[in-house]
Amino acid sequence: MTAVAEPSLPPATARQWRRSEEARGLALISPTFLYALALLFLPVLIVFLYSFWTQDYLTIDRTFTLENYRQALGEPIYQDLLARSLYISLTVSVITVVLSYPIAWFISFHGGLNKNFWLFVITIPCWTSYLLRVMSWKVILGYQGVMNTGLMKLGIIEQPLTSLLYNANAVIITLVHSWAAFAILPIFISLEKIDRSLIEAAADLGDGPIRRFFRIVLPLSMPGVISAFLIVMIPTVGDYVTPQLVGGKEGVMIASAIQANFGKAANWPLGAALSVTTMVIVTLLAGAIVLGLRLVVRGIR
Amino acid sequence: MSGRLRLLPVFVAAYLLFLYAPILLIPIFSFNNAASTTFPLAGFTWKWYVTLAGNTVMLDAARNSLIVGVSVSILATLFGICAARAITRYDFRGKRLTSGLIMAPLFLPEIIVAISLLMIVLAMGAELSLLTVILGQTVFCIPYSMAVLVSGFEGFDRSLEEASQDLGETAFGTFRRVTLPVVAPAILSSLLVAFTISLDEFILAFFLTGTQQTLPVYIWGQLRFAAKLPSVLALGSLMLLASVFLLTLAEIFRRRAESRKILQEVPHG
Amino acid sequence: MADRSMISIHGISKYYGPYPAVSSLSLEIGGGEFFSLLGPSGCGKTTLLRMIAGFVEPTDGSIRIDGQDVTGTPPNRRPTNMVFQNYAIFPHLNVEENVGYGLKRLRLDKTEEKRRIGEALEQVRLSTLGSRKAHELSGGQRQRVALARALVMRPKVLLLDEPLSALDKKLREQMQVELRSLQQAVGITFILVTHDQYEALAMSDRIAVMFAGKLAQVATPKEIYQRPVNRQVADFLGGMNFLSATVTGDANGKVAARTDIFGDVVLEKPPGFTATEGKVTLGMRPERLRLLWEGETAPKEIQGTVSNRHYFGETTHLSIAVDGLSAPLSIIETNNYGADDLPIGADVRLAYDPDALVLLAE
Repeated sequence: MTAVAEPSLPPATARQWRRSEEARGLALISPTFLYALALLFLPVLIVFLYSFWTQDYLTIDRTFTLENYRQALGEPIYQDLLARSLYISLTVSVITVVLSYPIAWFISFHGGLNKNFWLFVITIPCWTSYLLRVMSWKVILGYQGVMNTGLMKLGIIEQPLTSLLYNANAVIITLVHSWAAFAILPIFISLEKIDRSLIEAAADLGDGPIRRFFRIVLPLSMPGVISAFLIVMIPTVGDYVTPQLVGGKEGVMIASAIQANFGKAANWPLGAALSVTTMVIVTLLAGAIVLGLRLVVRGIR
Repeated sequence: MSGRLRLLPVFVAAYLLFLYAPILLIPIFSFNNAASTTFPLAGFTWKWYVTLAGNTVMLDAARNSLIVGVSVSILATLFGICAARAITRYDFRGKRLTSGLIMAPLFLPEIIVAISLLMIVLAMGAELSLLTVILGQTVFCIPYSMAVLVSGFEGFDRSLEEASQDLGETAFGTFRRVTLPVVAPAILSSLLVAFTISLDEFILAFFLTGTQQTLPVYIWGQLRFAAKLPSVLALGSLMLLASVFLLTLAEIFRRRAESRKILQEVPHG
Repeated sequence: MADRSMISIHGISKYYGPYPAVSSLSLEIGGGEFFSLLGPSGCGKTTLLRMIAGFVEPTDGSIRIDGQDVTGTPPNRRPTNMVFQNYAIFPHLNVEENVGYGLKRLRLDKTEEKRRIGEALEQVRLSTLGSRKAHELSGGQRQRVALARALVMRPKVLLLDEPLSALDKKLREQMQVELRSLQQAVGITFILVTHDQYEALAMSDRIAVMFAGKLAQVATPKEIYQRPVNRQVADFLGGMNFLSATVTGDANGKVAARTDIFGDVVLEKPPGFTATEGKVTLGMRPERLRLLWEGETAPKEIQGTVSNRHYFGETTHLSIAVDGLSAPLSIIETNNYGADDLPIGADVRLAYDPDALVLLAE
């Protein structure tokens, strides 16, 4: 087919522009974009603004202040919460990605004609109610829960374990279970994109299966791994339901503090500052990890 | 590769077990004739399900969930259709920026989305109600709808629309007779996905609702009472069933959408 | 060819930014003509076709179809129909529904509609496949459905965008013959875009050769092949031996020149030829040179040695090095007499057809 390159320079007249591709494209996307602008960007912006104000019972004092950030970053309780939340979300991401990679590999390289079916079977649990899934772990890990009574019945333990529930580990296990399938999809997609003949060429040039994986497959699938990391790490740092239900006192995360400031404690600016702080720090951490992963890939050469 | 091959299926099986076992416990204990969730099981019973029928509070919540779910699925799909069409069909400056913002909820903690919406609603002096829940959940569901719709629109052969015009159809007629039928399965899939997500969604509903609860919010309230656990499990099992059913339907439609596009390959003969 | 032009193109240009895909092109195509637009990728032939169809708006110029100015008319209101390169068969409709798609707007009564669809399917020899689903069709079948769908609309002009490029060789050759006879049976103007010179030569009444958005030559296949106006056209259509000569005289639309191996010749001046003295380029098609075997003679012979040999089944292409020529001559011989066995280095004698020598503008 004739490859007439159509460099899209803006047309000369305003009338031509209005009818052009670009105008139509922008017009089409604008309802959705404006909706997201009004109900996502704007609210987040307002949160950001609030973090610089103070609240006195019901009145908002709009003088600029960094007091909220001083509290958020300075007070030990918030530092603790933040550190634990980051620790939990990082652990969950690493475990999830490491566990999901072989599954994604399995579906992509050994799925044959049934890839869609496997994907569906594996992702369906994660599209059911989040609340219910967390509940099920409460059932499993409880003092009289499935794990304990089952182990006692089997004679493995005599007393129920108290260390299963209401701590950070319970939160981690529950989050891994909930987010596992989310990590599989991006990794799967990037594995699918790998041209199989590249792997064959590596074999032809003498690489065994392990070398082929580390030198070809892993680097080429890194974008998917990075996506998976981000998709898991960022939302889990602010998770509310799981720590509330299975975290107890030792598994509290930053979301509880944020929620408290919007409920009874009614200190919106502080809640806002906590939110912004969390987002900034987790983004920095995520950025560091992405950079780290990219360097690892470069080092593999 | 054979050593790895033997290990891998075992790992996959274990993984599937890990994924499904906890969820399967919910229906299992919903039929259990005991008030607590311990082993061994104490006999089969329907009674927890029966109590649901008379539970007017729960039925109200179910009705609210239905209203919210249908509204969100329609809104999210409509918004999604516009954006998906724009992204797959046209080239324009700021494409990345606009689609990035629209997809942002996927990469944000839900609680932040929830509190920011809460703030703006209350700052405007408006009241929390099912409407605020609908508006909030729509923002959250649009990325999921988009994902389904974009893959349904992508690879849609533009020359099909040109051929339709060449044969005399107007732009709207082309959309109705050619574009819509080919992408219809993707649209249906998007409706089902958005509905299911809305049905199961908790945080936004929790923060943005006034006096009217959705089912997840109702469940949350019930979790404080240990005695109510079995009937909550019964409700949960029904919700699981509904979700799985709807998602399976959505997947069937999505596959049908894919097969409609496979005409790009021209076989020899 | 009809007296009145079916398609009149005046000064058509298409610019994408500063880049001219088509520049100031004028062309007349007659009713009932099988007309081909031929050229390499990127020459603007598809852009021109799409401007006739109405999918691309010209930056400048006008197009008239059957006397009517269609320059601003959208594609759904033009008396043209197009066969797309990838056929664009509607995947959700079966064969009959595809073919009848454009008829729906005409609101014919059911029997008339069915009759016309049946007629079109018969024209393309697909009568038995009416209820086949789109994805059950082979490539060649899809192509015919696309044809039937366009022809059933009884357009004044049928536009074909590289319709055969996706088919394999044997099927392509078969379809070339079929398309030609179809056009003659239906009697309307066909405009075909192709980059395959043999396709254009085989099917067309006239060919327009395009390079870089401009027309190089518009003529019958024979004209274009035997009397290419310049080097570009000559090179594009088949192999060509290029030789240089020196101008010795110029009068009455003819040029006299002295050649290295063909002696003094007098040749017609092609349009666009401007040189009046010095070196010029002549062309001789490989198949117009032939080997003289044992015992054969010719009034003018050329001596040479075989420098290369390529076997092509039906023919052998030979390179013959000749004293005084910087590049070897290319000749094509059938293999009846042993051309495929000629050893490299063998001495040979060539005869040539003096009428086949052509003067080329640069």
